[in-house]
Amino acid sequence: MKRPLVTIDGNEATAFVAHKLSEVIAIYPITPSSSMGELADEWSAHHLKNIWGTIPLVIQLQSEGGAAGAVHGALQTGALTTTFTASQGLMLMIPNMYKIAGELTSTVFHVSARSLAAQGLSIFGDHSDITATRSTGFGLIASNSVQEAQDIAAITHAATLEARVPFIHFFDGFRTSHEVNKIEQLTEEDLKAMIDESLVHAHRQRGLSPDRPVLRGTAQNPDVYFQARETVNPYYAAAPAIVQKAMDKFASLVGRQYHLFEYVGAPDADRVVIIMGSGAETAGETAEYLSGKGEKVGVIKVRLYRPFSVEHFIKALPTNVKSIAVLDRTKEPGSAGEPLYMDVVTAISEGWKQPARPTMIGGRYGLSSKEFTPAMVKAVFDEMLNETPKNHFTVGILDDVSNTSLPYDPHFSIESPDTVRCVFWGLGADGTVGANKNSIKIIGEETDFGAQGYFVYDSKKSGSETVSHLRFGPKPIRAPYLIGQAQFVACHQFSFLERYDVLKYAAPGGVFLLNSNYGADEVWDYLPRETQKAIIEKKMRFYVIDAYDVAHNTGMGGRINTIMQTCFFAISGVLPRQQAIDEIKKAIKKTYGKRGEAVVQQNFEAVDQTLENLHEVETPGEITSQINMRPPVPAEAPEFVKDVLGVIIAGDGDSLPVSAFPVDGTFPTATTQWEKRNISLEIPVWEPDICIQCGKCAFVCPHAVIREKIYAPSYLADAPKEFKSTAARWKEFPDAKYTLAIAPEDCTGCGLCVEVCPAKDKTQVGRKAINLAPQPPIRERERINWDYFLTLPEVDRTQISLKSVKNSQLLQPLFEFSGACAGCGETPYLKLLSQLFGDRTVIANATGCSSIYGGNLPTTPWARNEEGRGPAWSNSLFEDNAEFGLGMRLTLDKHGEYVREMLPQLASQVGETLVDELLNADQSSETGIRQQRQRVEILKQKLQNSNHPLAAEVLSLADVLTRKSVWIIGGDGWAYDIGYGGLDHVLASGRNVNVLVLDTEVYSNTGGQSSKATPRAAVAKFAAQGKGLPKKDLGMIAMAYGYVYVARIAMGASDQQTLNAFLEADAYNGPSLIIAYSHCIAHGFDLRKGLEQQKLAVASGIWPLYRFNPALIAEGHNPLSIDSKEPTIPVSDYAYNESRYRMLLQSDEKRAEMLMKQAQNDAKGRWDLYRQMAAMHYQAPENGQETSEDSE
Amino acid sequence: MVDLTTTYLGLNLKNPLVASSSPLSQKIETAQQLEQAGVSAIVMYSLFEEQIIHESLKLHNDLLRGTESFAEALDYLPEIGQYSIGPDAYIANLKAVKNALKIPVIGSLNGVSTGGWIEYARKIEQAGADALELNLYYLATDPDLTCDEMEDTYVNLVSDIRKQIQLPLAVKLSPFFSALPNFARRLSESGANGLVLFNRFYQPDFDLEALEVVPNLVLSNSHELRLPLRWIAILYGRVQTDFALTSGVHSGADILKAMMAGAKVTTVTSEFLQHGIGRATEMLAEVETWMEDHEYISIKQMQGSMSQQAVAQPATFERANYMKVLSSY
Repeated sequence: MKRPLVTIDGNEATAFVAHKLSEVIAIYPITPSSSMGELADEWSAHHLKNIWGTIPLVIQLQSEGGAAGAVHGALQTGALTTTFTASQGLMLMIPNMYKIAGELTSTVFHVSARSLAAQGLSIFGDHSDITATRSTGFGLIASNSVQEAQDIAAITHAATLEARVPFIHFFDGFRTSHEVNKIEQLTEEDLKAMIDESLVHAHRQRGLSPDRPVLRGTAQNPDVYFQARETVNPYYAAAPAIVQKAMDKFASLVGRQYHLFEYVGAPDADRVVIIMGSGAETAGETAEYLSGKGEKVGVIKVRLYRPFSVEHFIKALPTNVKSIAVLDRTKEPGSAGEPLYMDVVTAISEGWKQPARPTMIGGRYGLSSKEFTPAMVKAVFDEMLNETPKNHFTVGILDDVSNTSLPYDPHFSIESPDTVRCVFWGLGADGTVGANKNSIKIIGEETDFGAQGYFVYDSKKSGSETVSHLRFGPKPIRAPYLIGQAQFVACHQFSFLERYDVLKYAAPGGVFLLNSNYGADEVWDYLPRETQKAIIEKKMRFYVIDAYDVAHNTGMGGRINTIMQTCFFAISGVLPRQQAIDEIKKAIKKTYGKRGEAVVQQNFEAVDQTLENLHEVETPGEITSQINMRPPVPAEAPEFVKDVLGVIIAGDGDSLPVSAFPVDGTFPTATTQWEKRNISLEIPVWEPDICIQCGKCAFVCPHAVIREKIYAPSYLADAPKEFKSTAARWKEFPDAKYTLAIAPEDCTGCGLCVEVCPAKDKTQVGRKAINLAPQPPIRERERINWDYFLTLPEVDRTQISLKSVKNSQLLQPLFEFSGACAGCGETPYLKLLSQLFGDRTVIANATGCSSIYGGNLPTTPWARNEEGRGPAWSNSLFEDNAEFGLGMRLTLDKHGEYVREMLPQLASQVGETLVDELLNADQSSETGIRQQRQRVEILKQKLQNSNHPLAAEVLSLADVLTRKSVWIIGGDGWAYDIGYGGLDHVLASGRNVNVLVLDTEVYSNTGGQSSKATPRAAVAKFAAQGKGLPKKDLGMIAMAYGYVYVARIAMGASDQQTLNAFLEADAYNGPSLIIAYSHCIAHGFDLRKGLEQQKLAVASGIWPLYRFNPALIAEGHNPLSIDSKEPTIPVSDYAYNESRYRMLLQSDEKRAEMLMKQAQNDAKGRWDLYRQMAAMHYQAPENGQETSEDSE
Repeated sequence: MVDLTTTYLGLNLKNPLVASSSPLSQKIETAQQLEQAGVSAIVMYSLFEEQIIHESLKLHNDLLRGTESFAEALDYLPEIGQYSIGPDAYIANLKAVKNALKIPVIGSLNGVSTGGWIEYARKIEQAGADALELNLYYLATDPDLTCDEMEDTYVNLVSDIRKQIQLPLAVKLSPFFSALPNFARRLSESGANGLVLFNRFYQPDFDLEALEVVPNLVLSNSHELRLPLRWIAILYGRVQTDFALTSGVHSGADILKAMMAGAKVTTVTSEFLQHGIGRATEMLAEVETWMEDHEYISIKQMQGSMSQQAVAQPATFERANYMKVLSSY
């Protein structure tokens, strides 16, 4: 039978089968599994049917725990049910997994295996999550490649029905889930043939029904639980053979034969590596290569890991094996060995029947997608030749602490000479990855070649860099590791040359393609010396194209994807040139066609103009450049920044040894200042003569690159020549000077500052007090100005009122230069928070965008002031953040209480007055806080040499006497969905915590999935037909407690109301909740207009502004004040500026109109309700009102 | 009983009141209300090529923004099965309106590229429109662009479209041509069956508080009738096309004046938007009453009766007119 050959990634390959073989699918987004749920949702939304001819019901839950519960329920009532998850998500499913397995329920969970958060979170692949589920009773079955992900998914769905053992089908996160490879796709007939209908009926028959009622889920006592737990044994004993039977059936249908344990290598191997997952592909290929060279080596690929069949395992081993090395892609600290190793040891101990038992060693590799290459496999085989091989080793890193690591030769390669390998450096924004995905599809689907694409991204959301690794050749590509030596290297960004060793990937004699605004006759002298050297030494052919010029001329803006793609095909010759161009155009039509002919024509035009602009460079053969690559961080950076973070910034983190890292995941703050990214081609320039010093530009700047200072005129004496200054307009500082400065190398060029600036030149209104100008010509000048600006003194916080927007921006931001999206709607709130309270705040940050731009290595934007104070920040999990923050509050409260208990006992030592002042200090103002800090210092000095038994105890806690704030920060996915139960409890606790919800109305960090904050009529992933129900009113729920401070804010609509809300929330001695409108890239519009959209959201009534301050009740006032005016525009005037709403109008006008009408009603209804609430008459309670549980 | 029938673009119409291109033709319900109120034909809202291009590129840019940049979020919006971007939604709506009405439906097109004009004109023809109105408007802001170049572009475009489609063609013009009669004749010779005088446009206004330019469309009033009235009166008999008077038609009297100047029809929107679709019935009744009172038997009888060629003092329509208006105060 002819099956289609498709070029897809592992997630799609898996989801294809799961969707075809399920009736109910419960989903929740988590990297790297999210796209499986997204695809299933989209397919059902597009009415794609399963093999039984009905559309699977796909439902999103509030968490993976919820998904597992829904799966359990659906299974218990007889539906064929599946889910997709990874990592922490899988951890949340564990309780239900015990139940599902204990009840012998057939199901398959598809898992893109990922690291678990320990010393740090990682989104990348390893088996930590999988191995943590070993005891649940789920079977565990691995697939090692994209093809296998599809095939094993089908085999597992078939096997679970017969075995009644539920299964996790897993494959390596990113390496397999995101690798694009050419595979043979199963047909519907294949899948139907795999599934035994009678087993489906039996599964349904076991489902709960009042027509045949039974009880399942009893509570059992010591007398019977044990015996009942043992009843399942025969099923586990039978399961391996059932899985093998399904594998055999699959082979008879499709031709690809799988085994529970697959042996590859020399038949008479005496050294055998045991491994599972994508690493098994690498190990297997290496073993075959080495055995071809006469080495007696082999590999057992473990597919069925649970139930572990000793019998099948022993049978798979070559009989004359003398040495076994087991490789685990996980770490179990404190164990006698990693899980697979322990299983193998047990299996050999129990099942090996020959006299000479092989020696066994175990090792760890590939944690968090660490590269695992043939060189590392060879190192393991080599180690096994030692008489006393290292056990519990690591491979792929340098462990200079415990000396576990094996050395390996990085130059060892088994790449087939007929495989073409290409590496492309690009920016996220330039479309490089998208073009390469298209290229690999073209090669995969239009030639007989095998084809593979893998894409590496950095962790920044603005100016992010990508490296694409493409292989193609006459044989299927089985190389799940990055390319080491590429015959073709393309650099789509000229500026990368001074920052990265771009040609480290280049093979001798290869081709180098550079996007350059310098022509072929002049480019050479603009290359760094290092690049020139590599081109000469490697004898490379060198091509240039000014892709941005072509893009500009054809209306493509910054996207050079199709231009560079055309160059690639033209130079590589993988297809005849004209055919390649035809195929590129076909791909453009296929990819973009439904977005309209204009898009297609624009791209066609770019393709057509490319070749005439592509030129080969004649290289002079000698190094002539005066330019050198620049160091990743400046020389004046602190040692740790230079030695560790700088290496990571340079893209060389793999080379860092174990000893470089802190043992407990603790890193210094204030480090983004050293990572000068220079990602914007335009930056703002200040015009002092027009500026009215309102501070709005600084207020909204998402990256804290716009700062203000007022200072004595004398400081100008040493100022750089072009340092701008003007008279300050502050009545408190009559003779002072004022400067608004811009950090030229940190700006992302988002333009929010220009948009918000209210001051216009009276002779030319297009010119504002701040305007964008090209960065390169002014970069050096502005860098000098910025450096000088930083030396000016910060404002004395006690000398100004913090209650005005203008004054607030004199305060030093302690959140700066984050990697958030250019124009991010969240970060201005965080910056403000850091300015107001940063020097006394501890932050609990839910996983999400804010934890990534806040805490993803190498650097953090959370900073410190010159006193060394600043926000202390931590991320625990996604779901527990409110509780995590509450715990912080509890510590502060308890320690505060304890030290207050002790202080009076020290009165004789430190003085009655000091104790009295410390205990009764008014810390409601900056002055009060400063005075208390001074008292604490005095206390410390006095106790320093004290012999009092309590002195040391008080000293260790003295700092807590100064007022501290706890801020609990997260997105709507956390607050409305996964963390809602905890958030509710924390708010209800009455404790003095401040919660900031950065409400983007979707799960932004995982790519825009719908949350309960998603408004009606908006399209989001998991709500592809437009959300049909209104946004949850979180603020209203919180207000219902009566003692929770609640504010709904939108900086773009009212900066003053935003400021008021922050100050009041912090001042309120009880729980506070601020819900902040955060425009987001997932909304589908140019974020430069983000503030305008906020204004429209408020004007339309979809986002009313209010503050609910319970402190007012005590004064007999209504706690609710509505801070926005009655709606003046229809919701559609706001909504249809954003593609998240508009795309529904463009795809299903009727539904869009219906939902928009309802959304309009929602807005009106809410407004009417709030207005009535705000008009209610309040009377002061006679005995006051308790608002807080704590002692402050 | 007076005879209100007229012909326009070869279509036999029951009266000279046509609903002009406006949002009222976007929905079948309002189009039906217009028909019930008595209008004799409907000009559909315009298919704007520029808008289609803009929508297409905006959607594309919005869907691409931030994609393939960050490992956890390779894109931000779901893949939707099909978008009705491009002319298809307009064409479908045109078909639906045409099917729902008995009166003629005239398509309206506002293009930017020659290819776009022709492609969309064909689609409108295939969709069953009874005629096509070309909405020609290009604001010449480039000092290097001459009148001749501008006019040649328009004429060539009409000629190109004429060659590709069989539908009767009307050309809707702006009043900003220095030698309108000559230009009108060239359009007629290049294949236009009718001229619609004049187009009204969004005009920028200034917001003095925000110091911003605010595009704005103010609904017409009866005073605006004067401009097209004069030019139709001048062109009538000199240029061999039908004329439709648009802008400033708010009453039966306005319709009568238009007819007398030489228009075959008047097209109306502002009055309907301001005072309801029911005004169509009232305006037609006003026409009928006036004709009965003044013993006219048909619309055709009066068409062109006060054109420049028909009046006793043709110069009234020329420069002297200015003097007269002044002296009348």
